[in-house]
Amino acid sequence: MTGNFPVALVLILGAVLIPLLPGLLRKAWMLALPVIAFGYLLAIPHGLHGQVELLGQTLTLMRVDKLSFLFGTIFLLAALLSVIYALHVDDTMQHVAGLVYAGAAIGAVFAGDLMTLFIYWELTAVSSVLLVWARRGEHSAATGMRYVIVQLLSGMFLLAGALMHWRATGSLEFGHIGLSGTAGLLILIGFGIKSAFPFLHNWLMDAYPEATPTGTVFLSAFTTKLGIYALARGFAGTEELVWIGTLMAAFPIFYAVIENDLRRVLAYSMNNQLGFMVVGIGIGTELALNGAVAHAFADIIFKGLLFMSMGAVLLRTGTIKGSELGGLYKSMPWTTGFCIVGAASISAFPLFSGFVTKSMIMSAAAMEGMTFNWLVLLFASAGVFHHAGIKIPYFAFFAHDSGIRCQEAPRNMLAAMGIAAALCIGIGVFPGALYALLPYTVNYEPYTASHVVAQTQLLFYSALAFAVLMRTGIYPPELKSVNLDSDWLYRKAGWGFVVTFRLALTETRAGLAELIEARRLAIADFVTRHRRPEGLLMRSWPTGSMALWVMVLLLANLAFFYLR
Amino acid sequence: MTPPADSKKYWLDDPHNVTKLFRGLWIACGLLIGIDLFLHRHEDFEFATVFGFHGAYGFFACVALVLAAKQLRKVLMRPEDYYDRDRHDR
Repeated sequence: MTGNFPVALVLILGAVLIPLLPGLLRKAWMLALPVIAFGYLLAIPHGLHGQVELLGQTLTLMRVDKLSFLFGTIFLLAALLSVIYALHVDDTMQHVAGLVYAGAAIGAVFAGDLMTLFIYWELTAVSSVLLVWARRGEHSAATGMRYVIVQLLSGMFLLAGALMHWRATGSLEFGHIGLSGTAGLLILIGFGIKSAFPFLHNWLMDAYPEATPTGTVFLSAFTTKLGIYALARGFAGTEELVWIGTLMAAFPIFYAVIENDLRRVLAYSMNNQLGFMVVGIGIGTELALNGAVAHAFADIIFKGLLFMSMGAVLLRTGTIKGSELGGLYKSMPWTTGFCIVGAASISAFPLFSGFVTKSMIMSAAAMEGMTFNWLVLLFASAGVFHHAGIKIPYFAFFAHDSGIRCQEAPRNMLAAMGIAAALCIGIGVFPGALYALLPYTVNYEPYTASHVVAQTQLLFYSALAFAVLMRTGIYPPELKSVNLDSDWLYRKAGWGFVVTFRLALTETRAGLAELIEARRLAIADFVTRHRRPEGLLMRSWPTGSMALWVMVLLLANLAFFYLR
Repeated sequence: MTPPADSKKYWLDDPHNVTKLFRGLWIACGLLIGIDLFLHRHEDFEFATVFGFHGAYGFFACVALVLAAKQLRKVLMRPEDYYDRDRHDR
């Protein structure tokens, strides 16, 4: 097979047909699309396909190599799991948006040049915001608008950087870019917004918890991992990324501890996991890059699983606030079990997927002698267990009994969670299958006695800390609240600035108008005073006085000549 | 707390059983640290081979994390409708 037809279009064009199909056929079609696309991807040989000449540039619509194949595979898998999870939803718009979004992300992964990348990049933004708006409330409308503005802004940075890169190098090819010059910096900012770099991150915590229960599962898979893919392709070995990633891994966990909305807790922990990947890309050795993309692969599954379990809770109970939940294991035992598998995976327990992927990044950091970064990442590893591994299942399913009794999640949701949980354990037990897909040959053994013991000690003592703090009452209770983050800058300070500025502008304009009006009246007054019928300049004069004045002038003239 | 709709008693509903679990966790932690006596862990850093390094690091990291986050609440926490309040002033 030639592979000139982009895999992305299988999903995007296929999604367009969804509204036309009736009931059962529609469901079968949605399930078939990712499978067909994957079968087609398998048939395409590695290399450059679908090359188009445009404006003297060669655009490559399909670049299949180990890196893009790995991300294409996991994106198709995530699309399939998300479709299964959302199968019960009776909202055509969400189905179409979800599959177009998945298709766009896949198109971006296979894009061989920056222009094709840009087009798919923007399509992910436009299609994904529909999953936020699909909740159809005043709140989600505002959140979606903020989200899409940030996403499109990321595309603008990418476009500006790509054009400068083209001028500088004469090529639009999307290979290693690096941080030399303005072009590289602009593109890095564009990628950084999608990967949720510190201070560019807040769209993630803002928007993901506001989407529909099924929409968040779609969202969690694609946008941020597309950012990670783009960083791995364009900025591998950029040292600044080590520090950015270290900061990313550490600061969100503080927020996660005090956050009440459990899906927002997951968004913070996603930011923390992205930090590990960014560190791996920054280190740039073969082991580190393998670790970064392997962790992205595992993260899509376990983070998707965690968002699925919380989505099921939201669907059945109508709330996702830690302060209102508790004791749900009695009503939703299967969801509880699957959630715990996801929690164990993100916490990197031995035999679960996070263990075999995150440890590669940790080892790579240690091999480069990055003591400080390694210690921070170890802190973040303990912290992620604390807030995502324990807090999520504990406050939703255990803690004090909230009295809520509900149905177990729908069967299609349980099926999606079951497959994801099986994959988490499968990758953890048989890491070789995932390792074989990685871009570089793997010479890494995750299951050494030292490593298993060290990691288990770390996690058990973190659990002990949680239990001790809980029983002594030191642990901060879940409270109805919001916590300030960098979105405060535009939601409060920016808004306040606009309001104040507008007020100042209105007042200045009013003051100016008053001043002008007063001047106008004064001038009008002056004019009318002198030019009114009896005014000095408009008065009629008697002819006698005129003759008198002429005589005065003549006499003055005479006197002047006489005296001279 | 609202009374549950079903009267079925679960194992975890009994506080004694929760205490049992808590003690079990202490025992598990004790056994895990005991492994350090027999196993010479191969570590990338010399300091990480110290007896009980990972256990102590995990415990104190989490305590520090929670205490710091608790303090952060004083600065960062706002009422739930904080951002919605002035939306209606527009």
